[in-house]
Amino acid sequence: MKLSNKTPIILAVVAFLAVLIAAFAPSGTTEIKFQAEGDLLPLPNIDVSVMAVTWFAAILMLLLAAYSWFRRLVQKRSSIAWLSPVFGVLFVLSVLTTLYAGKTMTLTALLQGSLSLAVPLIFGSLAGVLSERVGVVNIAIEGQLLAGAFCSALVASLTHSIWLGLITAGIAGALVALVLAVFAIRYVVDQIIVGVVLNVLVMGITNFLFSTLMGGNLALFNSPPRFDTMPVPLLSQIPVLGPVLFVQTPIVYLMYLAVGVVWFVLFKTRWGLRVRAVGEYPKAADTVGIKVYRTRYMSLMIGGSLAGIGGAFFTLGQVGAFGKEMTNGAGYIALAALIFGRWNPLYAALAALLFGFSENLQFGLAIIGSHVPSEFLLMLPYALTVIAVAGLVGKVTGPAASGKAYIKS
Amino acid sequence: MKLELRGITKRFGALAANDNVSLVAEAGQIHCLLGENGAGKSTLMNVLYGLYQADSGQILLDDKPVKFSGPGDAMAAGIGMVHQHFMLIPVFTVAENVVLGHEPVKFGGVLDIAAARKKVREISDRFGFDVDPDAIVGELPVGVQQRVEIIKALITDAKVLVFDEPTAVLTPQETDELMAIMRQLRDSGRAIVFITHKLREVKEVADKITVMRLGKVVGEAKPSDTAEAMASMMVGRAVDLEVRKTPAKPGAAGLEVSGLNVWNHEGQQVLNDVSFQIHAGEILVIAGVQGNGQTELTEAILGTQTKHHGSIKLSGHELLGKTVKQVLDAGVGFVPEDRTEDGLVADFTIAENLMLDRSDRAPFAKRGVLQLDFLAKFAAEKVAQYDVRAQGIQAKASQLSGGNQQKVVLARELSRELKLLVASQPTRGLDVGSIEFVHEQIVAARDSGIPVLIVATELDEATQLGDRIAVMYQGKIMGIVPPDTDRTVLGKMMAGLSA
Repeated sequence: MKLSNKTPIILAVVAFLAVLIAAFAPSGTTEIKFQAEGDLLPLPNIDVSVMAVTWFAAILMLLLAAYSWFRRLVQKRSSIAWLSPVFGVLFVLSVLTTLYAGKTMTLTALLQGSLSLAVPLIFGSLAGVLSERVGVVNIAIEGQLLAGAFCSALVASLTHSIWLGLITAGIAGALVALVLAVFAIRYVVDQIIVGVVLNVLVMGITNFLFSTLMGGNLALFNSPPRFDTMPVPLLSQIPVLGPVLFVQTPIVYLMYLAVGVVWFVLFKTRWGLRVRAVGEYPKAADTVGIKVYRTRYMSLMIGGSLAGIGGAFFTLGQVGAFGKEMTNGAGYIALAALIFGRWNPLYAALAALLFGFSENLQFGLAIIGSHVPSEFLLMLPYALTVIAVAGLVGKVTGPAASGKAYIKS
Repeated sequence: MKLELRGITKRFGALAANDNVSLVAEAGQIHCLLGENGAGKSTLMNVLYGLYQADSGQILLDDKPVKFSGPGDAMAAGIGMVHQHFMLIPVFTVAENVVLGHEPVKFGGVLDIAAARKKVREISDRFGFDVDPDAIVGELPVGVQQRVEIIKALITDAKVLVFDEPTAVLTPQETDELMAIMRQLRDSGRAIVFITHKLREVKEVADKITVMRLGKVVGEAKPSDTAEAMASMMVGRAVDLEVRKTPAKPGAAGLEVSGLNVWNHEGQQVLNDVSFQIHAGEILVIAGVQGNGQTELTEAILGTQTKHHGSIKLSGHELLGKTVKQVLDAGVGFVPEDRTEDGLVADFTIAENLMLDRSDRAPFAKRGVLQLDFLAKFAAEKVAQYDVRAQGIQAKASQLSGGNQQKVVLARELSRELKLLVASQPTRGLDVGSIEFVHEQIVAARDSGIPVLIVATELDEATQLGDRIAVMYQGKIMGIVPPDTDRTVLGKMMAGLSA
């Protein structure tokens, strides 16, 4: 096995960037605010010196980069898994303190916003995991999210039942997945093309209905109720993380559950083993009596319903109304999170959180009036996505049969 | 358990892949199903395994008719299959692979992997397989993977076990071990159906032999019959199993490969310091189990491998680093191992395929315009000379049988002025008649005084065709030996032990 220079090179470059940041960082302090409303244990705000933090991060990163070269050149071993994430955290820390120099960084708000933005991404990436693991590439996550968002708003408005809205969102997402499944499995159409076409189709239909149907009577068709936050007793009192994780709407609690359940089902149950077998080598699964097509339909539709529920978060969890093309590319970012997370529900969720964080950064910085150009901030999540997926993931192999139709002889 | 197939007919369009085929496999017997590629053996077994539905005929187990709508039914009825291309999931563990489809579960469908492990160990111990249930299948040697396939069949307590061309990917030693396993399974009271076209194995292990040709059963043979007799039954006429050739008269060194290293696109080293010489008028056969760098070696000579280090000299001129066109122009004839993928354009006619390599030059093209009259004449001549059976030169390559496709490739490659012939598994999947023809052409090329490099995965072909044999293992040449070297020595080299 030939060792790759990629990771050490990237680490060295990032470490060098960190040194540059430290060298040019403004002097002064950043105030970090840990406290949120109603904490049991009030934590004091901390003032940190920008210089100290950036130099600390830069030197640590240089050492880590040197260690990674040492492993590569002297010990001839490949890079270790934890190095890149630690590097990422240090770099973000360094960038954040610099950007917030002389201002107050409210950690809780920053993390809360990140989680909110990550919710649809996580649901979407779970849909991706379930379909790619069974051997179908799901580009239509975007469409599933959007269909879920629209249908939940419509049904919840008409019935005044938020839960009916949520269930409808799941059904809508599953139906989009069913269309994908029928074309990909039954008619053996190229999965990527069907996926893209579906996204455009859902976008067109929701745009049309939004302007004709909803536009005609907003009060009747587009004023769904919104989920209230339901703080979890005790857990919500944990400093910093409590308000972030446990003062949330039921959709978010549903998401925690979904991540765990999807992981458990995929890797610990009979059904999951069969799903993965079908996604790796459908013919082998077929020859032991597993119904390849049925497994693909099921896994795809369960995934689609999760994405639909993720879409409902936009309307029932956040905005309280449907907006034109309101998913705004979240489905594609979810796809990136899925790859970054190596087709594993837990890692994909973490990757989605990272993307949510970078997206949230632009809002946070815009609010404090940072001197960084807004165009750069807008670009940030996507740039991070590209770097993360292309640079840090390294060599990953997805399910072997993903994207390939199975034709029974 | 006794298996009987009665009057099975299976058609694909107009072609009857199985035409009224009957056979009886008794418990405690190894029943060989002998036939050439395309004789319908695998189709028959796929019918038995429920992968195909027969158009007519019956399957009987212990004289009771059964019907299988899928492999699940066949497995439940006690039929196990060891597939030619292993039906294993490379990223799963042995235990996961073995229980797939009938997994032991705890409440709520939760996988009981401990129970799966225990089952694998039980069977592995009972038959002395020595397989670790927690090993990742893709990381195991091919021979061990095959044992996993066998465990997979045994775990459902199969009473009829079908082995579909199981020795194609094995070294001679692994083949011997497999034969021992088959005998052991027979002695445990199971009925074994052994599908093969290799006469040596049939003679060694069979209790009963059914011979198939062109979808029909043509008769039964006895293990004591001569190989020639079985072969002529298989082919339908008298055949000569020996390659006729005079002793080589090696001349000056023609091809000199020295210190050749090649890395694939994933950065893995696939050739490791390969050095050898082939003299003019000599056939060097590269023997070894498939996937040990033979393909990459031929591709390095042709110029389609890009990451390399070392030297490949033909009559003193360096070939490494040259483009494919330059290599061909230097007089290299190349017969790729996958003729449908790399040797021919399936949708092109025979005539078009015959000029693929020189469509840019006179007399095939003048000022960029194809000379179709000349091409027609040239193609008609080659079709006659190489006895390509087809409906004229305008027939598409995809419509030809494997043997005729290979003849087209040979006709194209040998109609140039050659200084070197490289042929990778030139007889793979061909019928006996075509194999004879291909061998004759290769020997004729040698006798015209050029060096010839052949990649062979079947040891019999290697020893018969080669003037010298180089054995490759994991990208290295384990040694170069004369063709009369003992099979066990060659087998050891193929398994990575030095001669």
